[in-house]
Amino acid sequence: MTVQDLEKIFLQKIENEIKIEPRDWMPDAYRKTNIRQISQHAHSEIVGMLPEGNWITRAPTLKRKAILLAKVQDEAGHGLYLYSATETLGITREETINDLHSGRAKYSSIFNYPTLTWADIGAIGWLVDGAAIMNQVMLTRTSYGPYARAMVRICKEESFHQRQGFEILLVLSRGSKEQKEMCQDAINRWWWPALMMFGPHDKESTHSDQSMKWKIKRKSNDELRQNFVDMIAEQIKVLGMKLPDEHLQWNEEKKHYDFGEINWEEFWNVVKGNGPCNKQRLDARRKAWEEGEWVREAAATYAEKRNKRQAAA
Amino acid sequence: MNALINYTLHLADNSLILGQRNSEWCGHGPVLEQDIAITNISLDLIGQARNFYQYASSLINQRGKPLNNPASEDSLAYLRTEREFKNCLLTEQPNGDWGQTVLRQFFFSQYQYLLFQQLQNSKDEQIAAIAVKSLKEVSYHLRWSSEWVIRLGDGTEESHRRTLKAIDELWMYSGELFQPASYELLILNEGIASDLDLLKPKWEEKVKEIFSEANLPVPENVFIQTGGKEGRHTEQLGYILAELQFMQRTYPGNEW
Repeated sequence: MTVQDLEKIFLQKIENEIKIEPRDWMPDAYRKTNIRQISQHAHSEIVGMLPEGNWITRAPTLKRKAILLAKVQDEAGHGLYLYSATETLGITREETINDLHSGRAKYSSIFNYPTLTWADIGAIGWLVDGAAIMNQVMLTRTSYGPYARAMVRICKEESFHQRQGFEILLVLSRGSKEQKEMCQDAINRWWWPALMMFGPHDKESTHSDQSMKWKIKRKSNDELRQNFVDMIAEQIKVLGMKLPDEHLQWNEEKKHYDFGEINWEEFWNVVKGNGPCNKQRLDARRKAWEEGEWVREAAATYAEKRNKRQAAA
Repeated sequence: MNALINYTLHLADNSLILGQRNSEWCGHGPVLEQDIAITNISLDLIGQARNFYQYASSLINQRGKPLNNPASEDSLAYLRTEREFKNCLLTEQPNGDWGQTVLRQFFFSQYQYLLFQQLQNSKDEQIAAIAVKSLKEVSYHLRWSSEWVIRLGDGTEESHRRTLKAIDELWMYSGELFQPASYELLILNEGIASDLDLLKPKWEEKVKEIFSEANLPVPENVFIQTGGKEGRHTEQLGYILAELQFMQRTYPGNEW
């Protein structure tokens, strides 16, 4: 079969909503796009453990501590499935991780913002996981099979996290004056970065067109962002708090909320590495990896020794 | 009654402080699977601590405290001072490298495994129930940490050297696990606490077994540090509590 024939079969599958599986023929660019996207997603889960992990030792009650630990552990689990999904495309976890550490691979910029107070843990769950879910629900229908299946599992846990985050803020919103202030302050700081999670406007998004054709992506950045704004603008009423956007207003004609413009200069700066915590996050990941090297080596050496002994016995 | 409360708090404090220490690894482990494992152990320990604190608080409230300020799992974890904590010194020692963390876990889990086996038969029904419930997790902690001690002891030259250093750091705190505290002796005869004299030789035998498989020497004639169970701690505990209790101390009386 010629490459043209193979490509035809591939496109037919996409057309007919048949998932692409690891052993199927696929265009190089499709493979590369999926490697880039899935590994970026895996890295986001792992780097995302850091801002929330920052509050584990200081969680205000034992119950909150246990919930937060379990949540961050879930993120690690998501990273694990996603690295496995990346491996089905022919790249090892170690290579992928090296790309993160060298700065070649990206992760979600949202994790380059600091968690300054306990309320940030609520805001991350509600806004950041909420924004991530918008994207991930769409990805349960993505064309690459292993990615779509990983997403189904991840989405279930993420929606649980979002409810937990909202509940943290709900308790604060009904608490003391200081707690209410803490709650509003966290929303003020996380709202715009959460909107940035959907990426540039459609007309400026470099990878979007091809990804839509291949059904890797199934909704545009702006469409997902609008869905998110519509959802949060309603939920915040329950908290009795305000979103920090004076342009936020229901548009009866469009049946959507209008909202203000994102600060794109800030967005691109954080992408380029100039966010408040870019350096700390990457340093922390590199440090964990480098300090773990002797451990990984010892485990591998021991496993080898044991296999030899068993073979000799 | 007071002795039982203190004993329950001692069991709770052990689990909380070690759980708190292990949780510092979350997001920083040497490999993703082990990051998940150590976080899991931390979660189990915090779960145990909550069970013991809940029981202790019900005993304290029965004994009679002002009704507007009853004890709770959180008041016991977050509002007692350094001198009131009764955890063993071992549990508060810093994580150090992975070798120190897994060795600390191994010493503790081996002790906790033997202890909970006995406490399953405690005459105090609540303590017995918590021991039964925890034993399954503790068996896993013990297996996991034993395997790591063997892997590191018998791994590379570097891992062997680091494990020797870990033994040097931690062995002096292992003896306290078997030194009965004053409150423990008071309820020993009632069949509530377990007899640590019986546990000690079993612990030593198991440690010897794992150390021999790991090519590690068992230290001899080491001076044993004690005091944690009676509230006399190393300088470590103050910092742990400063971090752990920060929110409750800064914003007293709030719901979270």
